[in-house]
Amino acid sequence: MTTKTDKMKIAILSGKGGTGKTLLSVNLAAVAQKASYIDCDIEEPNGHLFFKPENLTEEVVTVKIPQVNPALCNACRQCVEFCRFNALAFIMDRPIVFEEVCHSCGGCSLVCPQNAISEKDKGIGLIQKGQSEQVSVYTGILNIGEASGIPIIKRLLTMEQEEPSPLTIIDSPPGSACNVMESIEDADYCILVAEPTLFGAHNLSMVYDLVTLFKKPFGVVLNKCLEEENPAEKFCEEKEIKILYRIPFDQELGLLNSNAEIAVRKSEKYRALFASLLDIVIQEINHETNSHS
Amino acid sequence: MKIAIPMNEKTLNSSVSAHFGRAPYYLIYDTETKESVFIDNSASASRGGAGIKAAQVILDQQANALITPRLGDNAADVLEAANIEIYKSIEGSAEDNINALLDKKLARLSEIHPGLHDHKNR
Repeated sequence: MTTKTDKMKIAILSGKGGTGKTLLSVNLAAVAQKASYIDCDIEEPNGHLFFKPENLTEEVVTVKIPQVNPALCNACRQCVEFCRFNALAFIMDRPIVFEEVCHSCGGCSLVCPQNAISEKDKGIGLIQKGQSEQVSVYTGILNIGEASGIPIIKRLLTMEQEEPSPLTIIDSPPGSACNVMESIEDADYCILVAEPTLFGAHNLSMVYDLVTLFKKPFGVVLNKCLEEENPAEKFCEEKEIKILYRIPFDQELGLLNSNAEIAVRKSEKYRALFASLLDIVIQEINHETNSHS
Repeated sequence: MKIAIPMNEKTLNSSVSAHFGRAPYYLIYDTETKESVFIDNSASASRGGAGIKAAQVILDQQANALITPRLGDNAADVLEAANIEIYKSIEGSAEDNINALLDKKLARLSEIHPGLHDHKNR
């Protein structure tokens, strides 16, 4: 049913949570012949609830954190002055590290004239990999209280590269901040999911700005569409943005989704819906790559 | 003894700032000389870790006590490691708070928020 895919990476984004990123990501990955699904929403990953992957393997993701050797420290304070994130304080004649504030730049150990600062590994979260039918499922999980999940997203994307699937679906975090930028960095195409509300249009404009800034080819999927006026659709028309698909407001689909079921595996109707959506996206990507090559 | 208070204005009769880390000024009051010095908070414009840097400013002024309405975990860790006493401010001016502290009428902040440092146990 779906056309041939040739190592495509598609990132699914939205300006806010709850628009249908995971619905779309999970169902697109499941409807493809063979795919990787990467959950980059590391603060609250939920794609695994749908896929229920088996044969799980885990990998801890670590960052480098400074460690001060008090015997070598001469109390010059250069490390404390250097840190723009204020992750070091100078108390009782020696530097104290605030691990959760540290951004692991390694600068303090470079500026230390005494070589008193070394780096140690600190776990910030983990990656789970498993299989759900034909889909390889990658889940990034950031530990509670950690400031940045970027290292986990980086590792997720490189890990998938080690065993690449013909189609990779990246379920991005909500919003348009650093996490999202990291998740779309290597994407060939971005799908922006939007709700038919004023708020939805506002959030769409945020991710629209982001993908435009990153010069990514993209299109919009309008989710939960009703008969009435759709401010997100209006936004697309004003900006001349390609609308890939309109998913209707549908209680049956909503119910399947809220029961953590993958709609395309449960119903022929939804299999057809997401298969035709995937076809449209793939055609769009082929069109984009041809017109730019 | 030196007392530090986060301030929005540089006068003794203005109120205590609601924000410790991002307050524009600190009052450093010396109880022996009765001298008031207002210093700029170099942490107020920090991108991150303002509480840690602000606590560092207080620490570098050799303050013995801090009066503040609230305080974050990291700042509290710095101040406690440096044995600086932390008191909860009351309604009123900086001067009222200094007098209340001297009359031993101010409560310790950590006693009001026992959960303040729970992240140490994680």
